[in-house]
Amino acid sequence: MIDWSGYIGLILQGAWVTVQLTLMGSALAVVVAFAAGLGRLSRFMAVRALATTYIEFFRGTSIFVQLFWAYFVLPFAGITLTPLQAGVLALGLNVGAYGAEVVRGAVKAIGREQREACIALNLTRFQAMRHIILPQALPLMLPTFGNNAIELLKGTAVVSLISLTDMTFQAQVVRAQTGSTLIPFATILLLYFAMAWLISMGMRWLERRVSRGLDGVRV
Amino acid sequence: MSQPIIRIDNIVKRYGPLTVLDGLSMEVMPGEKLALIGPSGSGKTTILRILMTLETISEGFIQVEGEELYHVKKAGNLVPADERHLHKMREKIGMVFQHFNLFPHKCVLDNVTLAPMLTKGMARADAQKRAMELLDMVGLADKAKSMPAQLSGGQKQRVAIARALALSPKIMLFDEVTSALDPELVEEVLNVMRKLAAETDMTMLLVTHEMGFAHDFADRVLFFDRGKIVEEGKPEEIFRHPKQERTQTFLRKIIAAGHRV
Ligand SMILES: Nc1ncnc2c1ncn2[C@@H]1O[C@H](COP(=O)(O)OP(=O)(O)OP(=O)(O)O)[C@@H](O)[C@H]1O
Ligand SMILES: [Mg+2]
Repeated sequence: MIDWSGYIGLILQGAWVTVQLTLMGSALAVVVAFAAGLGRLSRFMAVRALATTYIEFFRGTSIFVQLFWAYFVLPFAGITLTPLQAGVLALGLNVGAYGAEVVRGAVKAIGREQREACIALNLTRFQAMRHIILPQALPLMLPTFGNNAIELLKGTAVVSLISLTDMTFQAQVVRAQTGSTLIPFATILLLYFAMAWLISMGMRWLERRVSRGLDGVRV
Repeated sequence: MSQPIIRIDNIVKRYGPLTVLDGLSMEVMPGEKLALIGPSGSGKTTILRILMTLETISEGFIQVEGEELYHVKKAGNLVPADERHLHKMREKIGMVFQHFNLFPHKCVLDNVTLAPMLTKGMARADAQKRAMELLDMVGLADKAKSMPAQLSGGQKQRVAIARALALSPKIMLFDEVTSALDPELVEEVLNVMRKLAAETDMTMLLVTHEMGFAHDFADRVLFFDRGKIVEEGKPEEIFRHPKQERTQTFLRKIIAAGHRV
């Protein structure tokens, strides 16, 4: 008989790494998504070009390659990251590139009429963005942000390639040590699913909060 | 004799090959109430949008209170105005839109207080006090906490008027403010405008297809056609004795379409 409790404990340790990667990666993704998404709408050419380059580059190359660069190549440039830092960086920048397009689309979806009202009321561009455009754009972004966060969660498994002991990595360890495939992989299946479900619930709660009073009605 | 508050000097506005305003010149005196009428596409909205700095001009000059709107002097030359200059000039001008353009995520009171607090640094309490006076003036004090989506079109437009007034502009621009409304809601908005015209010395420019209202409201009526002012004069002259054939044709069509003059 195998004593499973120790092995399950191992998997739970991995789950914690996965949760950390997902939370920190998502936080970074949100920050860069707003920076690059708004950057693409800037009136300064250089800012637009920079944002576009970032987005196209990270959407055009695989997370796999990005992770290897973050972990194995950056040290040659004098930047040495821990596996966790490299994982967060690669996941955050990768998903952030997709998020940037979501931010841009949502901001553009808030019509010309709202912008013109802001000009007529003499708000600065920043004030208009902060008080009028973004609060209305946010509810439009959230559903896709939720999907992106789940994509990021699923993407965390690649970090086992740089020897980060996430949930998938630990499941493989358990499998190697016990010879059982079903139990470790059934466990992580359930855990991934539970995490994704939590993200969905959280996003739905957020959506309700930010769109309170809007009732889906445009004025 | 006072100076004109707005002086428009030979402006041209083009969209690609299309010339929308074709060498337009006009002057508006402080406190004057102007009605801009004319066929669809004649450039009435465009001139209001240009005054609100929502468009740029292709040629010409505009002065508001003696100051260039779209230009600043730099080393003796007039160069296109920067954002900072536009901000300064926009303080003098407010606009009410055909489709209200209220902020749907903010309650009525916040719609009215937002700009004074942000642009004039007004304290919240002061801004709210002023907003309530204005909402009272447009008959909507009891709706202060409502969301825009809960209001009728006429109510929305009255909020939009209060919102523009909250910044105390010297010049107010109204672009067909009743044409998106159900007929039974038009009068409540027009009543607010009548009150404004009677009680304030604001300069008001109004684009409208409500000829009866233009007649009562305006000190002067400008008839636009194809990007030019074809005829202007006192309401009695324009509506009763139009001199230009194009004005006559336009008014005949409007009457035939069932509008009261
Ligand atoms: N952004 C734009 N791009 C191209 N053409 C435009 C644009 N805005 C307006 N126009 C054109 O400019 C002309 C004048 O438009 P404007 O809206 O000023 O007319 P108007 O007198 O207000 O007409 P209406 O009574 O229908 O409101 C029209 O031919 C219109 O199609
Ligand atoms: Mg128009």
